[in-house]
Amino acid sequence: MAKYMLIMRTTDEGLAKFENVDFDEMLEMMGRFNEELMRAGVLLAAEGLEDPAETVVVDFSNETPVVSDGPYGETKELFGGYYILDVASKQEAVEWAKRLPYAQGTKVEIRRVPTIDEFPQDNEWIQKERAWREQTGQL
Amino acid sequence: MSRPGSCEPGRPQHVTMDGQEARRAVEAVWRMESARIVGALARYTGDFALAEDVAQEALAEALVGWSTSGVPDSPASWLLAVGRRRAIDAFRRRSARDERYAVLARDLDESTAGADDLFDPDAIDDDVLALVFTACHPVLSREARVALTLRVVGGLTSDEIAKAFLVPVPTVQARITRAKKTLAAAHVPFAVPERHERAERIGSVLSVIYLIFTEGSSASGGDAWIRIDLAQEAVRLARVLVRLTPEPEVFGLLALLELTAARFPARLDAHGEPVLLADQDRRRWDRSAILRGRAALASAVAAGRGLGPYGLQAAIAACHADAPSVDQTDWDRIVVLYEALGQVAPSPVVELNRAVALAMASGPAAGLRLVDEIAERGDLASSHLLPSVRAELLVRLGARDQAREEYARAVELCGNAAERAVLEGKADALGRDLDR
Repeated sequence: MAKYMLIMRTTDEGLAKFENVDFDEMLEMMGRFNEELMRAGVLLAAEGLEDPAETVVVDFSNETPVVSDGPYGETKELFGGYYILDVASKQEAVEWAKRLPYAQGTKVEIRRVPTIDEFPQDNEWIQKERAWREQTGQL
Repeated sequence: MSRPGSCEPGRPQHVTMDGQEARRAVEAVWRMESARIVGALARYTGDFALAEDVAQEALAEALVGWSTSGVPDSPASWLLAVGRRRAIDAFRRRSARDERYAVLARDLDESTAGADDLFDPDAIDDDVLALVFTACHPVLSREARVALTLRVVGGLTSDEIAKAFLVPVPTVQARITRAKKTLAAAHVPFAVPERHERAERIGSVLSVIYLIFTEGSSASGGDAWIRIDLAQEAVRLARVLVRLTPEPEVFGLLALLELTAARFPARLDAHGEPVLLADQDRRRWDRSAILRGRAALASAVAAGRGLGPYGLQAAIAACHADAPSVDQTDWDRIVVLYEALGQVAPSPVVELNRAVALAMASGPAAGLRLVDEIAERGDLASSHLLPSVRAELLVRLGARDQAREEYARAVELCGNAAERAVLEGKADALGRDLDR
């Protein structure tokens, strides 16, 4: 088993498409999908992000950082949320991603989440991070 | 009859990159769907063995077909449809012998109402639960229960099961075949047992999952990674089971498995040698697994009916998980938990563990008194555990001569070469100190 992150990248058209979807209906659809993941014993964590209009961007393109409101404008692919699944293979993560509801107009990126054991254990910073993970119960 | 994406049997298969891709996709879908496919087929046919056979045939067909036609839009429906057709074929073949089957075969045709029940969430739950209870039926041997559960509920292939248990593939296949025949001969119905039977039968289910876990978590041989995967599969099965039947002891087992699996990253050293609990680098424990274990334990406790054997062991594991070191462990609480465990699941090994905990809580003399009681009863007389625990306690009491004798006895009784070497080393170390 390995951990994989499903990274939701919603496009503007994707957002527009689901603007008029009934909220209860959306809860029902997403709820069913999440329930499936729980039933299969593969769901470890998941979060969705707030409306992109509430976003603040800090732009480092120039010498001094520039702070502006609104989503990061250059891309049409907004990070909308993630799942972390505990599955047997990358293919299994792909198969789950294919079942995501409201995925039209969205791209889902699937990345393996390495464990801290895969980093050099004698490194001071890795040791500090371990201590932090120990205290806070982080993945 | 048209089968989606089917190929003529016997046509040579060329494994291309695409073929590999398709194979991996089939395997992934199979892992996710096999339980509800076999479950749905068993419900349609009322014949668990047939359902398992035709599901395997559908899998074989997918392996061949999907490499050329690609993965269908709804892989589960595809597999179910093929499995259902195979079941109808089987019934038709049998109908020559038994008129009754002809009627069944007609009923099972495409037009059968409820053909899409696979996607009825309530039906899925019952099917998968019935599958778990059938695969873990007490009429089967433990090996058969384990193999069948991994196959029909876990979606593992015979190859994977064989690799995990370090046995030849034909052995696994034979076990599964025999298990299905045994179930058929005993007329075991495909159903979730009645409520009054359930408590009794769930014990078998939990012990099968626990057995799968312990097999996977013992680093006794084979490719360690495959075995850890097996333990993780047991954790997943326990997670599935708490969704299906949220009973306190099911939460207790899940808690025990999560909390034990949390230690996996710390239990082997850089040379692959086992590290005892006392010597483990606790910073390497998987904190998120500990959180999940604690949450499951809280659910078991919340039922308010007292903890069962798995729940109590989980509570002990939680004490260790909470403690920053062996010295700072709440040994008083562990003693109490072992006392409770001794009440609900009495065994000499539990007693011995209680003695060790008591020695940590109240000093070696108290622990030794308890060990001597066990010895006087004649329990564990042939186990190396008793003399080795006795030896440890005697060392702490300063009785080194006696301790060395106990270690020698433990060496004599110990069957495991690696463990024997550790015990010999301890005995020798005491000897050297005495000579000085």
